[in-house]
Amino acid sequence: MTDEHHTIAESSHAGEHEPFLAHHFDTHAQQLNAGKLGMWIFLLTEILLFSGLFLIYTVYRSHHPEIFVWAHQFLDKTLGGVNTVVLIASSFTMAWAVRCAQKNQRRGSIVLLVLTWFCACGFLGIKYVEYKHKWQDGLLWASRFKPNEHEIEAIQKHYPDPGHVASDVENAPRNAGIFFSIYFAMTGLHGLHVLAGMIAIGWVLRRSIRGDFNSQYFGPVDFVGLYWHLVDLIWIYLFPLLYLIH
Amino acid sequence: MAETAYTTADNDSYLTHDRGVLSWLFSLDHKRIGVMYLVSILTAFLLGGTFSTLVRMELMYPNKPAESVVAEKTLIPREIFSKDNYNKFFTTHGAVMIFLFIIPGIPAALGNFVLPIMLGAKDVAFPRLNLFSLWLWWSGCVFFLLTLLFGGLDTGWTFYTPYSTSTETRVVPAVVGAFILGFSSIFTGLNFIVTIHTLRPPGMTWFKMPLFLWSLYATALIQVLATPVLGITLMLLGVERVLSIGIFDPKLGGDPVLFQHFFWFYSHPAVYIMILPGMGIISELISVFSHKHIFGYRFIAYSSVAIALLGFLVWGHHMFTSGQSAMASMIFSALTFSVSIPSAIKVFNWLATMYKGSISLQTPMCYGLMFIFLFGIGGLTGLFLGALATNVPLHNTYFVVAHFHYVMFGGTMVAFLGGIHYWWPKITGRMFSEFWGRLAALIVFTGFNLTFFPQFLMGTHGMPRRYYDYSSLALEHPEIATYNFLSSIGSLILAVGLILILIYLLASLFNGRPAPANPWGGATLEWQCSSPPPYYNFKSPPTVDDPYDFTNIHYDPEIRGYIKTTDNS
Amino acid sequence: MPCSQLYSTSPEHDTPGYETHVHVVPLWVLAAVFVTLLAMTYITVAATWFNLGNWNLYIALGIATFKAALVLLYFMHLRYDNPFNAIVLITALLFVVLFLSLTLLDTFQYQGDIQSWEETRGSIQAK
Repeated sequence: MTDEHHTIAESSHAGEHEPFLAHHFDTHAQQLNAGKLGMWIFLLTEILLFSGLFLIYTVYRSHHPEIFVWAHQFLDKTLGGVNTVVLIASSFTMAWAVRCAQKNQRRGSIVLLVLTWFCACGFLGIKYVEYKHKWQDGLLWASRFKPNEHEIEAIQKHYPDPGHVASDVENAPRNAGIFFSIYFAMTGLHGLHVLAGMIAIGWVLRRSIRGDFNSQYFGPVDFVGLYWHLVDLIWIYLFPLLYLIH
Repeated sequence: MAETAYTTADNDSYLTHDRGVLSWLFSLDHKRIGVMYLVSILTAFLLGGTFSTLVRMELMYPNKPAESVVAEKTLIPREIFSKDNYNKFFTTHGAVMIFLFIIPGIPAALGNFVLPIMLGAKDVAFPRLNLFSLWLWWSGCVFFLLTLLFGGLDTGWTFYTPYSTSTETRVVPAVVGAFILGFSSIFTGLNFIVTIHTLRPPGMTWFKMPLFLWSLYATALIQVLATPVLGITLMLLGVERVLSIGIFDPKLGGDPVLFQHFFWFYSHPAVYIMILPGMGIISELISVFSHKHIFGYRFIAYSSVAIALLGFLVWGHHMFTSGQSAMASMIFSALTFSVSIPSAIKVFNWLATMYKGSISLQTPMCYGLMFIFLFGIGGLTGLFLGALATNVPLHNTYFVVAHFHYVMFGGTMVAFLGGIHYWWPKITGRMFSEFWGRLAALIVFTGFNLTFFPQFLMGTHGMPRRYYDYSSLALEHPEIATYNFLSSIGSLILAVGLILILIYLLASLFNGRPAPANPWGGATLEWQCSSPPPYYNFKSPPTVDDPYDFTNIHYDPEIRGYIKTTDNS
Repeated sequence: MPCSQLYSTSPEHDTPGYETHVHVVPLWVLAAVFVTLLAMTYITVAATWFNLGNWNLYIALGIATFKAALVLLYFMHLRYDNPFNAIVLITALLFVVLFLSLTLLDTFQYQGDIQSWEETRGSIQAK
């Protein structure tokens, strides 16, 4: 099957005011290229922002592996896995939405953007459940790490391997709360980015409904898509690092 | 046949095109945004300078006189402020100067105005993002003001843990302010990179770009790569204060040296954000005021990018005495020597440019020459600090303070002043008084050296920085009291010089001679449009030539400016 | 590719009517990538059912990187875009590696000091 291409004009018609073509750009192609480069540079800054947290993870896991091995059972692999699938699906619907915008398929892009948005809601919903369990069990960041003060039976219900839970709560390694500091910092910052992404998707959805986009001008959908894929990419690494510690 | 300088029809310029405060606050015109930045940033400079003057006044005399001397009469009281207030003053001086003034400084205030015109473009790539950057600066400024009003900050601008996680002062609003300012910086850098990549006119290849643009490009690279790490550092510090997550707190299992790695990974490259645009200005000034093609264009261009990249490899040289391992310290010390090389290359090329040039010592050139001298001293003293063995006794002494003031003030600020004077006619359409310009430059030079040169000596004699009182040290080393006194007098002279600059520049807005399009004889594109430029910059894309070719640029005494003639004239 | 050919407006693009081709990713490619991502997710979870020591971590990261590559190349169309965008991404990753490696090296070097202090002075109760 041959790849599809479609053409966008590199030249603007003399004197005609093109809607959504900024005055300092000569053509839609120039505007699209500039916007895309701008978004990739923004993604570069996001990668460097998260890099600090990945560094902290690496430092503490390298020097205190016992904390990480101990803590992994308090993260529900099933919920984490479902969240991973949800985000991957949202990336698929987002990429498809961009494709629809490129091909002038307004209804398609609207439906897919809505689906993406609901996937994001689902992700945050599952995270809410996880966070609630942690709060109820005292499995919080370092200064509030107090699982000993909670009912063991209640804690056991929340996690898939109740057998180990009881003895492990008693025998937490020193400074075990650091794991949860890292967990909340990483998933918390990621969650904020999901929220920001939902706002951006909402904005692009509104513009799609208004009919702003066509095969000549679809940049904003493309750029929000790139941002959304980055949110997915970060989770693709967070999931094994936090949930799949053996 | 001589071509007249490009002038606007019907006297409409970017200043008059739209009227009203809202037309400025919501303007998407890079020139207006640049002017608003210039006013804001210079106001921040005055604020930061006020605090440094207070610090120097406190340090003019040791708090207790030497016992062998009958208590002598002093010009001002020995102890003016409490030690807690003193800590807040030097912290505020540092934080305001660094985050509000010098990091945004040249790129935001001059770069925004000049870059698109010098490039031959109608605006930056993302004008709305540009305005947003300005609003973010203002927001960050508000948070800093809130910090000041509600108790101040006393951690030093470096926010080291564990003190910053436990002090009672207003760390959180300061950290929020710095975070917001970081994003202002990131978005400016992003904008400049995309502008330079995508909005160059036909004929403007990378190696036809003026060197100021190369320096802004290299600066922008650092802004987008380094600042996010500051972002996460400040975020973690803020969360630590509010929630005690313990990442940097040893009591909870955290690591305070790790904080310093995080902090300096940004803050060392940040100093190259500060100096690179200044160096770019100097390349322009030296060439134009020597009426000679810049020597070694490609070397200077490449050295800008080299400084940007090498600057990321050396951050540990701020941490030699902090608990960093010997192995890491040795690696960082060795790497630090590499970053001096491209800076030296620039200095040699500037000197070679001047050689056999026809030098005019107008005010911008005074600052250009001042830069080479003062930055030379500052840069060379950095070598003592980068070398591991000599760093250990000098760390946290006034030697460090003198070094960074020579490069930041004697370097960046002097270049900023040079740039302001150079582009003042273009931005405002007025000429300033050359007499007052040169006189103020002399006063600034004198005041600066009197303030900071003694500080090198203070440092080698052992005076620590950030100290409220040095009485016990002055007992054993009475020369330290002399150096401090001289330094404080110098700071007053410096203040006089700077205020003088403010006065005559403001006066020029009312009394200054209307400026021709090209008062200095520059060959870069901004001198082809009128002073001040029309709001659309260029009616049609300008012809791109060698930006340092002055052969067709001649002085016209009638307009008291330069015009570009064609080859046949 | 020299920078001047990346992202610059060069004279030939000024001729009226000159058009650029923008690649639209075929739907079957998007779907195939989606299915592969799901499969790799299952595999990475399944790998934790076996105890392979340090290899568990390397396998998990390797699979994550493979998934990331698919997202980058196809969903984010790096494969079809101006190569400079990929350079931007690679630059980000290089600087992350720089930040992590030198800092980690330092923390490894001074862990010994921390541990010997803890042994001689006794541990502080974590609250």
